[in-house]
Amino acid sequence: MLEIGKHTFNSRLFTGTGKFSSNQAMHDAIKASGSELVTVALRRVDMNNSEDDLLAHLDIPGLSILPNTSGVRDAKEAVFSAQLAREALGTNLVKVEIHPDPRYLLPDGEETLKATRELAKDGFTILPYIQADPVLCKKLEDAGTAAVMPLGSPIGSNQGLNTKDFIKIIIEQSNVPVVVDAGIGAPSHAAEAMEMGADAVLVNTAIAVAGDPVKMAQAFKIGVEAGRMAMKAKLGRKSNQANATSPLTSFLND
Amino acid sequence: MSFYNLIKEYSREEVKKEIYNKTPGDVENALVNAGSGDMNDFMALLSPAASNYIEKMAQISRELTLKRYGKTIQLYIPLYLSNECTNGCVYCGFNHRNKINRKTLSEKEIKEETDKIKEMGFEHILLVTGEHPKKAGFEYLQKAIENLSEKFSLVSMEVQPLDTKEYKKLEKSGLNSVYIYQETYHEKNYPRYHPTGKKTNYKYRLETPDRIGEAEIHKAGLGVLLGLEDWRVDSFFTGLHVKYLQKKYWKTNYSISFPRLRPFEGSYKPNYEISDKELVQLITAYRIFDENLELALSTRESAHFRDHVLPLGITTMSAGSRTEPGGYNKPHKELEQFEVADERTPREIRETIQKMNYEAVWKNWDEAFLCKDS
Repeated sequence: MLEIGKHTFNSRLFTGTGKFSSNQAMHDAIKASGSELVTVALRRVDMNNSEDDLLAHLDIPGLSILPNTSGVRDAKEAVFSAQLAREALGTNLVKVEIHPDPRYLLPDGEETLKATRELAKDGFTILPYIQADPVLCKKLEDAGTAAVMPLGSPIGSNQGLNTKDFIKIIIEQSNVPVVVDAGIGAPSHAAEAMEMGADAVLVNTAIAVAGDPVKMAQAFKIGVEAGRMAMKAKLGRKSNQANATSPLTSFLND
Repeated sequence: MSFYNLIKEYSREEVKKEIYNKTPGDVENALVNAGSGDMNDFMALLSPAASNYIEKMAQISRELTLKRYGKTIQLYIPLYLSNECTNGCVYCGFNHRNKINRKTLSEKEIKEETDKIKEMGFEHILLVTGEHPKKAGFEYLQKAIENLSEKFSLVSMEVQPLDTKEYKKLEKSGLNSVYIYQETYHEKNYPRYHPTGKKTNYKYRLETPDRIGEAEIHKAGLGVLLGLEDWRVDSFFTGLHVKYLQKKYWKTNYSISFPRLRPFEGSYKPNYEISDKELVQLITAYRIFDENLELALSTRESAHFRDHVLPLGITTMSAGSRTEPGGYNKPHKELEQFEVADERTPREIRETIQKMNYEAVWKNWDEAFLCKDS
């Protein structure tokens, strides 16, 4: 069981709501994924409307909503919109997502750290979207984050774990759950992250724009489970070294 | 250095020659390098040589667009606040010499129009005026934006160029995006199309996106009026302009629009007509040049063309547009800025988008992000 703050999850596949061809297609895929946490961009929902169509389609048993602040450019805006989300959606979970750069949507570590400090004091359970930066992860822990969400590669790029070396260090050092977010383009990428010891992955684009989103969601579910199982079963050491024909230490036996 | 200085380093004739000399091999290279943002590749994609690669370009463009934007199309509606204008732009229905009834909406009329627009389901609104500083100047716009940002999730405008301080103030009032079209980057011929009024000032218009960037407006929309000059050359300079802006004002998002002059009877005749096939080439060339750009297509284009182009790279569309002030309550065709070719209702457009297995997105912003109360 995965614990983030006071929340627990059986499924280690987190999902997103963007880029689907319809709210119904989104609903079907998320249901098929078995996901228990789905992130929703605040800018996409009408917080004054209790019958918002997107939210209505996320009424799935066992599924919690993780509002994200995508669209804000600094800590001040992130804090303000997190507070609005808590009021409107009745959850203390928030994915802090601050990208002042609208082109590659890369996260601003400095502002994320500031926002995390403030929101932690205010009782939020924070999942910050960040660069795969091990030092920043430790600082976020000190600031009171509930998890860290380093990126595998740029959002929506489907390129997989280009930041693998840094994610390994983050996993090794972390005292909070590590969720690999962004860039996961195939179930094999998700499995790889889980094999490395990530606590969960967040997948959106790869499911939403697949030819058959429901089937792809199922494939990701299996991929995440397989990766987790393999990690627990302890993978064999990788070796591609040949045995030297003339041993270097045989003199010790002489 | 402003863009005016940068563009001075280019000879329009040389650029034209380079574009027209591109070979099929250059086009194939550009396709392999899709997303590179390379100006030389962009030239190849705009070139006559690329006309044999339209299907391939459409395929790549569609894939890149799906990756970034998914199966979604954002919808917005224009609100024409005023058709009064002191400019004499030869191609425009609002030209001050045209003997049409002039109208600037009062606060009450704006409310009536936007009540109607809200009923249609819109959350994104684009405010449009001619250029008449006395009747629809900065204060008038500021008041309208203040009121409408309470009512809509996202307010944009397409009006006369303003100065940096004014943009900053409007941003505080709730303005999200500014669309400003250069019309043409042909400095020598620009006065021919803009003979009178403030718009005669080529340099001030050209540097407007710099001022928008300085004011940290969230989005700037660029484009040329397709048909005035050679679209290949003008589009090259638009691409150069976007690249310059992206590097300098990196917090602003950029969007390209494709207003096309059509040879309608009684209207301004384009000097360089651009065909449907060429417009598809242009749209997909932009996408392959930069996979993150927003690409917008208005109701100037027909329903048939818009439906077919939608999956090829477009991210944003208007729907149900009236291009005359007050037109949502009392249509007056003779007051229009241009003739709307896609006359479907927003509901019909939404249904078509759904049938194509795309989601019509009405809301993709929240006024709350601007922290106006804090």
